[in-house]
Amino acid sequence: MSRPVGAALGRSGAVAVLVVAAAAFALPLVALLLFTFRVSGDPGALTLVHYAAIVDPAQEFAYDGLFRGLSNSLGICVVTVAIVLLVLVPTVLLVEMRYPAMRRVVEFVCLLPLTLPTVVLVVGFVPVYKVVSGAFGSAAWTLAFAIGVIVLPYAYRPIQANIAALDVVVLGEAARSLGAGAVPTVFRVILPNLRRGILSACLLTVAVVLGEFTIASFLSRTTFQTALFLLQQSDPYVAAIFSLAALVFVFVLLLVIGRLGSFRPSRRTS
Amino acid sequence: MNVPPPTAAPLTGPLIVTGTAVSLAGIHKSFGPHVALRGVSLDVRPGEFVALLGPSGCGKTTLLRALSGLDRIDAGTISIDGTDVSRVPVDKRDIGMVFQSYSLFPHLTAAQNVEFGLRMRKVDAARRAVRVQEALDMVGLGDRGGRYAHELSGGQQQRVALARALVTRPRVLLLDEPLSALDAKVRVKLREQIRRIQRDLGITTVFVTHDQEEALAVADRVAVMHDGVIEQIGTPEELYRRPVSPFVADFVGLSNVLEGVARGAEVEVCGRVLPVLGPPVEGDVSVYVRPEDVAFTLDSGGVDATVVASSFLGSLRRTSVRLADGTIVAVQHDASDRREPDEAVRLRFAGFPVVVRPR
Amino acid sequence: MTAASTRIATATPRSGVGLLRRRSLGWWGFSPFAVYVLLFLAIPTVYAVASGFFTAKGEFTLSNFSAFVSPFIVTTFVNSLWLSAVVAAISAVLGAIICVALAGMDPEGWVRSAADSACSALAQFGGIMLAFAFIALMGAQGVLTVWLKQSLGLDLNSLTPNGPLLYQVGGLVFPYVYFSVPLMVLTFLPALTGLQSQWAEAAATLGAPRRVYWTRIAAPLLAPAFGGSTILVFASAFSSFATAAALIDQGGIVPLAIKQQVTSETIPGLANTAGVLALGMVVVMAVVMTVYAVLDRRARRWRR
Repeated sequence: MSRPVGAALGRSGAVAVLVVAAAAFALPLVALLLFTFRVSGDPGALTLVHYAAIVDPAQEFAYDGLFRGLSNSLGICVVTVAIVLLVLVPTVLLVEMRYPAMRRVVEFVCLLPLTLPTVVLVVGFVPVYKVVSGAFGSAAWTLAFAIGVIVLPYAYRPIQANIAALDVVVLGEAARSLGAGAVPTVFRVILPNLRRGILSACLLTVAVVLGEFTIASFLSRTTFQTALFLLQQSDPYVAAIFSLAALVFVFVLLLVIGRLGSFRPSRRTS
Repeated sequence: MNVPPPTAAPLTGPLIVTGTAVSLAGIHKSFGPHVALRGVSLDVRPGEFVALLGPSGCGKTTLLRALSGLDRIDAGTISIDGTDVSRVPVDKRDIGMVFQSYSLFPHLTAAQNVEFGLRMRKVDAARRAVRVQEALDMVGLGDRGGRYAHELSGGQQQRVALARALVTRPRVLLLDEPLSALDAKVRVKLREQIRRIQRDLGITTVFVTHDQEEALAVADRVAVMHDGVIEQIGTPEELYRRPVSPFVADFVGLSNVLEGVARGAEVEVCGRVLPVLGPPVEGDVSVYVRPEDVAFTLDSGGVDATVVASSFLGSLRRTSVRLADGTIVAVQHDASDRREPDEAVRLRFAGFPVVVRPR
Repeated sequence: MTAASTRIATATPRSGVGLLRRRSLGWWGFSPFAVYVLLFLAIPTVYAVASGFFTAKGEFTLSNFSAFVSPFIVTTFVNSLWLSAVVAAISAVLGAIICVALAGMDPEGWVRSAADSACSALAQFGGIMLAFAFIALMGAQGVLTVWLKQSLGLDLNSLTPNGPLLYQVGGLVFPYVYFSVPLMVLTFLPALTGLQSQWAEAAATLGAPRRVYWTRIAAPLLAPAFGGSTILVFASAFSSFATAAALIDQGGIVPLAIKQQVTSETIPGLANTAGVLALGMVVVMAVVMTVYAVLDRRARRWRR
């Protein structure tokens, strides 16, 4: 009786369901993998020619757009992570340490992008970016500002969960009673304890940036995803290879985030 | 293992006893490699309130759940009112059970929770309403029937759980640490209320707790369990005054542990001679002496000691003293008798039989 | 707690960190965040929602709303709502079954944590990469298509008159369900595992057979969480853009229609149609998320 829910299907029934589900979800990925070995026009044959094409210098021009998109996306990653570290983290710290009443406001703002469809936001980004292009130019990295907003909910949650599991006020008071000023308290006491949350936030940011298509597409900038989209029309095989690679990469990122663990509260809040 | 027969303690219950007898014989239960119950036997008389007392892992909850039917047993028989119910599933055993916490159905009001068992027994709506109100009145929540669990305090929730368990007039009432999750003051009030209701209804009750003060305060008999067996069963006084084993002596109430030398039916400790409780023993032993059996004396023949610290406990004081050989002894005495640290004192023993254990 | 927290930030003169010394200055700490959110969240949102009310020349008007009478726009909205509803319904059922199966597994065991990681990854796996995978599976030359043709003689892509199945709005159901089921599992499983065993045990001691427990106790308790998760899936499917963009050329669903409007004005006489469409989406999302909030609050109250 200790697991009343599981008894509904029976042990073998549950295992059967999970096996079927796992197979069904693996199917598209397997198809994608098989696709990368296909010879166009000959469904039965297998080849490695598409993998070779990536490193073939003669083909370099064909994949130029893709590599440019990839490096653009990495640049956007850097700027977006910078936004998370320099804007979001200090704000969350400020709330937790001085203005706890603002927590609900900040939480609402940070989670709002979850309920606002990105396609709605981009309609508003178009005019805003006319101004941004005037100020910063129209390089791809400027997309980081818009993507940062999309990233907010994903970055906010691990940081907030981490900080909630500490008792920042008590830590701060302990540090002060030992003679530390505000700055050393933050940098030597609080931030080191937030490593896991901040790292999770950054990894999630990278995952989201690499997967972002909508904003780049509407604002006509070249990123990894838009380049993949274009490439698919001329060379679907290499596009498939890079898609798989990106998927594996994001999966590994998520595994690492999972390993970082969840945050248990140090004190019961009543 | 055979439990020593209970002494004939008078039952101060109601004239009409409505509970039934419960009998557990030779109960074995293992969880994988861990043996939780080793051939436990227990007889509960109709209308009796028995507490199962012990530290975590001793098997008391397992025994209760076996009795309820929630857990299956590996060997042994369970009888309620003379009928073997070992194979009967839990929903047919006609028992009432109160869990430690969170057992009220959150989507139903208190009244709806209480009437649930009546619905299962197909009692008609009019009669249900009357009995539900009766049950809620009995626990003092007659006006809270419309509240949901999250609108009630912990103590109130447990009272609703009690009403829910009792409204169907089960043959046996089982309580699995119902007070452990509550505040201290609420715990004391609620245990008295449970006892009162139990007496009024005359229902046979088995109550699991790890709090020895609680067990001694409410039960007719207490069964002290340890490592899957019942070490001793008896009235609270018996357990306290005549513990049969060092575990019981140590678990029930406070004990000082002193070094002594046993010679048959007597033991020498701190130069004094005390009678031994239980069979004769020889050799070096640990001696268990209650703090209230040690007193300060002005007699020149007293044992010399120095006061270490003294705690004021309201109605009494407990002073710890150090003997010449370094042993710390706790002395329980009148609250008005103040003792200062480093004060030199002399002790004497009351002379009651003591439990000893070979070292 | 406020007094305590202001105490730590108010540094003693000795430490010399002047900025945080006076309480009024501390509020300036929010300025980077406030500016950022204002520029890139507040203004775009307001613009997107309000642009439907203005003509191309900037005059206030309601004439743009006549777009909703246009059959093309109406069909687009209906398509979006239908698609999201179908995806939500299928994902809810499949997801619930998988949740029940997972709930029976050891919470500490490898199956549960593997499923947890897989669901997190798959729920993120949207966009055009997912589209590619499905093209590889079900497209004109897809692995599954070819296999079905060869072994069962069934041509998957002849089922739809306008071209391959995957490239129709209806065909979007397949990739959408693919990322929606993990989302469903991620959000519903905690509710299922949160069913306290005490409730099942108490019901049993009160005489309820299993069937009654499930219908009278478990189902009502799980209903808000189930409804909430289903609604989340609906919202996510409704908002999804990239996968559809990779599979469908023209309009069909609202996000694609918005893209069309932003990149070219194809409906003459109606400016800012994109704004109108965006407003329509916001209204739908607002309704959906309000229902979600109500259900979530109910579910939260009963969970420990």
